[in-house]
Formats: sequence, structure tokens, C-alpha cells
Amino acid sequence: MELMDVSLFPAFDFSRVFIEPWKTPASVAWNGQVILMGLFICWTCGVLGSFIVVRRMALMGDAISHGILPGLALAFLFTGSLALAPMWVGACLAGLACSYCIEWLRLHTPIRQDAALGLVFTSFFALGVTLISLGAGDVHLDPDCILYGEIGFVPLSPSLRIGGMDLGNQALWTMGGVCSLIMGAVLVFYRHLLVSSFDSTLARSMGIRVRRIHFGLMLGLALATVACLESVGVILVVAMLVFPSVTASFFFVRLSSLLWASFPLGAAYSIGGFHLAQWLDCSLAGAMATFAGIVFIPCCLLGPQDGIIWKLRRGTNNFRMN
Amino acid sequence: MNNPHKPLEIHDLTVSYQRKPVLYGIDLEIEEGSLVGVIGPNGAGKSTLVKTIMNMVKPNGGYVKIFGRAPKAGISRIGYVPQRETVDWDFPVTVMDVVLMGRYGHLGWLRKIGETDRRIACECLEQVHMLPYANRQIGNLSGGQQQRVFLARALAQESSLYLMDEPFAGVDAVTEKTIVSILKEMRDRGKTLVIVHHDLASAREYFDHLLLLNMRKVAYGKTEEVFKPDLLQKTYGGRLSILSDMASKSAGVRVIEKEAYFTEK
Repeated sequence: MELMDVSLFPAFDFSRVFIEPWKTPASVAWNGQVILMGLFICWTCGVLGSFIVVRRMALMGDAISHGILPGLALAFLFTGSLALAPMWVGACLAGLACSYCIEWLRLHTPIRQDAALGLVFTSFFALGVTLISLGAGDVHLDPDCILYGEIGFVPLSPSLRIGGMDLGNQALWTMGGVCSLIMGAVLVFYRHLLVSSFDSTLARSMGIRVRRIHFGLMLGLALATVACLESVGVILVVAMLVFPSVTASFFFVRLSSLLWASFPLGAAYSIGGFHLAQWLDCSLAGAMATFAGIVFIPCCLLGPQDGIIWKLRRGTNNFRMN
Repeated sequence: MNNPHKPLEIHDLTVSYQRKPVLYGIDLEIEEGSLVGVIGPNGAGKSTLVKTIMNMVKPNGGYVKIFGRAPKAGISRIGYVPQRETVDWDFPVTVMDVVLMGRYGHLGWLRKIGETDRRIACECLEQVHMLPYANRQIGNLSGGQQQRVFLARALAQESSLYLMDEPFAGVDAVTEKTIVSILKEMRDRGKTLVIVHHDLASAREYFDHLLLLNMRKVAYGKTEEVFKPDLLQKTYGGRLSILSDMASKSAGVRVIEKEAYFTEK
């Protein structure tokens, strides 16, 4: 076989990996857009994901990101175009419906949360796939693209024009907008999110609408997923929801620190992943997620908070005290 | 009395889970400034009573009034100490963060935690002897310390009515003494405290009022009037062994407790 002759990894060439992408102004502009997109995605998902992980709903990202598919399909079937606005509306509605079904099953049937989650998101995803194959034929909207979108094509996105002014890359503007919207919402509602995640009874006694906070978070998740979808696909979204806060938890013990840590970590993932992809000549989104995994391992081993090495040195292998 | 309403008023309260009644026709009025122990056997509905007051469970009949208001509005005046098992101890918060949460109810919508709030939080931690642990993650504490953190949070809330679900469960003797003395001091400052308790032996010395509960209200009143063998037997059913053991055990238990107290000191 031909594959046998080629080694799995291409030879590491420092200048090709680190110098070439930044050599000419044109390549800087192109690759800069890719990395900027990566930053927006990693930050948005990292901040949202921190809340989702501490609420013990780490797989909710999976659920929502798959659950929005029927919404996208219906929006496409009704409008016949891939215009952003109906897609957003469809995806957000489907995302909310998905999380509402999970909540409803959990509260009104003996089904547990994890089973409810598995049940609902697979049926939503399957429904979406069916709808697409029914109506959309061979249009761009195929499930493969949703799973493995390609961040490398971000610079090809059309320009955003307002009143004849060319403002630049539309995908970047959308993602940047969603990113700042979610950051703003988290800043304003930080206390509400913290209390309702930690102690919902206390939150209720303070007059916080705990269910609204929950669905608000789910809505944010749906928004972020749709915004990321066309450029990076679900896999990077799901990875970025979980990796930053879990990695940071080996260094920090406060939720606010976990949130702040997702900024440098997001930058590391995006820049590191980009250069990894340059070296291996592979999918950018895949490389970013892989890089996140590579960063996680030493943190898990050496992190000052409950890193495995320190446990071994102390002679205990048990994580929990009780 | 500056407040015309009773801190807690319960009328003909019935609660059931899937048609099986757990609480039946409970009538209760608690006066301001009482330290009430809620005792009864397992499955007597003690936790359900607490959950109904905290608006986590909807009653099938009757009502709960907190300072004359329905639970939904009234719970803002309750400081609640949850059962230890219901707290997520891996949550990334420090002791100080938890106590500061008690201050959130006093803050406006966008107002930040201020110096006053921090000072109050420190004082409350000092009171339960937990100030040195302020920056610890809550999972890295012993059971007794964890319970004291939540007591400090309740103190920081500066509520008028406190509701505590088994605050002495899984707690060491020193902590138990600390908590009891703080509860009594809170009562002396005019607070009303309702505490779910599982240990019959210590109930008599801890509380000035007792609610004997077993699906129905068996009795409610001053401890010396209610803590009677016939009423206790009615509460705990035919399991007389508890009662006969009680007299002989309580003497022994107290000696052990004292020893533990002095050695730890």
C-alpha cells in the first residue's frame, strides 16, 4: 500500500510551521482571520462551558448542538435559502425545545437526566437528518458539514456590507457579535448564574427565576452553536465547552477564576491548534481540539489543585475525601 | 410585637407524592423567637415539611404562610441551611464565596459586593470559628466544618426565620456544641429557628419548642410539655426500644461527648 511508504506524521519543519504563515501581508490577513475566529469560538464556548460543567451538564453541549439540526432543516425547507436569520431562529427554537424536552422527561417521568438527554438529542438529530434528506437534497446543508465544518474556509466568507460600507468578513462579525453578547450577559448575570448553579433553593429564595436562568443558558448555547456551526462544526464546539474549565480546575478553585482562565487557554488552543494543523496539514478544527487534549494531559498530571502526581507522592490515589 | 404576623403559620397542610400522603392535615403556628426542633421517625415527612415551606414541593391542600405571605414571596425572609448531602461539594467556590452568597439577597440588581458585605461575612465566619479557612475550596473541609460554613452563610443572610435540615448530621462533638450555642444566641436576638433533628436524646436540651411529627402533627409545644413518654411513643409508634434505650443511653452518650470535647480542645 502506498500509505506504508509515507510516515504518519510529516517531517517537522520549523520555518514552514511557524514562519511561512506569517510571511506576507496577505497570508497574515488570511491566517489572522482564522485564528481570530478560533479565539472567538474558544472564548464563547469556554465561558458558557464553565457554567455547564459546574452544573454537571457537560454533555448538554452535545445535546443542544445536535438538537438544533431539525430547526436548521425546517428553516431551510420553509425559506428555501441558507440565509442566516431564519437559521438562527430555527436553531434557537429547536435548541430550546430540545432542552425543554429533557427537563420535562426528567421531571414528569421516572427517566433520569442522562437517559433523557441521550433519548432526546438522538431523536432530534435523527429527525433533522431525515428532514434534510427529505427536502434539501444535495444542498450544502449536509450533516457531515455540521459535524466537521472547516474553520480554514472562514476567510472565504462574504463581506458584511452595511450601507455600501465594506466591513470585512461576515462570519467573523457574527461570531464576534455572539461572543460579546454572551460575555455581556455573563457579566450582568454572573451572580444569578453562580447562585442558581450552586444552590437553587437559595437562588429561589432570593427571587431568582432559576428555570429562566437555565433556559437562558441553553439559549446561549444554541446561539453559540449556530454561530460556530458554519465555520467549525459541532466537534470543536463540544470540545471547547468542556476543555477550558476542566483544564483550569487543576489550577483554580473559584468559578470566576475558571472563567478568566478560559481566555488564555482559548488563545493557546487556537494558536497552538493552528500551528499543529500547519505541521500535520490536517483539519484546523480537529487540530485545535487535539491541542486542547494535549494541553489537558500535563495539567491533569501536574496541576497544583489535585494533580495526579501530587496525589501519588502523598500516597493516596483516592480523589474524594469522603 | 412590631410584626403582626407569625413567622410561620401552617394550616391544614396535606402533601403527597404520587397519591401517597406524606403529610396530613398539619396545623402549626410558630411564635417569634422560638427555637423549634422538628423530630419524628424516618419517613415521618420532616424533610417534606421543610421542602413545602421552601416552596420546592407543592401542597395538595392547606397553606403555608411566612410572615403572613405565601411561600413564593415569603421565602425571601428565610435563611435556609440545606442537608449536607444535597450540596455539591466539588463546586468551584471557596468558603468566603459561599458566605458572601448569603449577602446577595441584600444587594441591588447590579450592585457589587461591598466592604460592608465582606466585613459581615468575616464576622459570621469568625463566629463559627471558620475564618482561617476562608480561602479553602468547600470540598477540602471536614463534615463539621462544612456545616459551620453553611451556618455562617445563614448568619450573613440576617433573616428573621431560619430553617435548617439536619444541621447536626455527620458533625463532630465540638461543632455540635458550637452550633447549638450559636442557635441559642440567635434565638436570644429574637430570631425564629426551625430545625429538623434526628437525635431524640439531645432534642430535650437543644430546643425550647418541639414539633413531634409522624405524617400528622402528634404534638407541638414547649419542650417540657411535649417531651413525654406517651407522646413520644405515639410519634415513634410501637418501637419502644428507642424510648427505653433513651434513658440509659443518654447518660452514656453525654459522657462520651464531653470526653471528645475536651480532647479536641
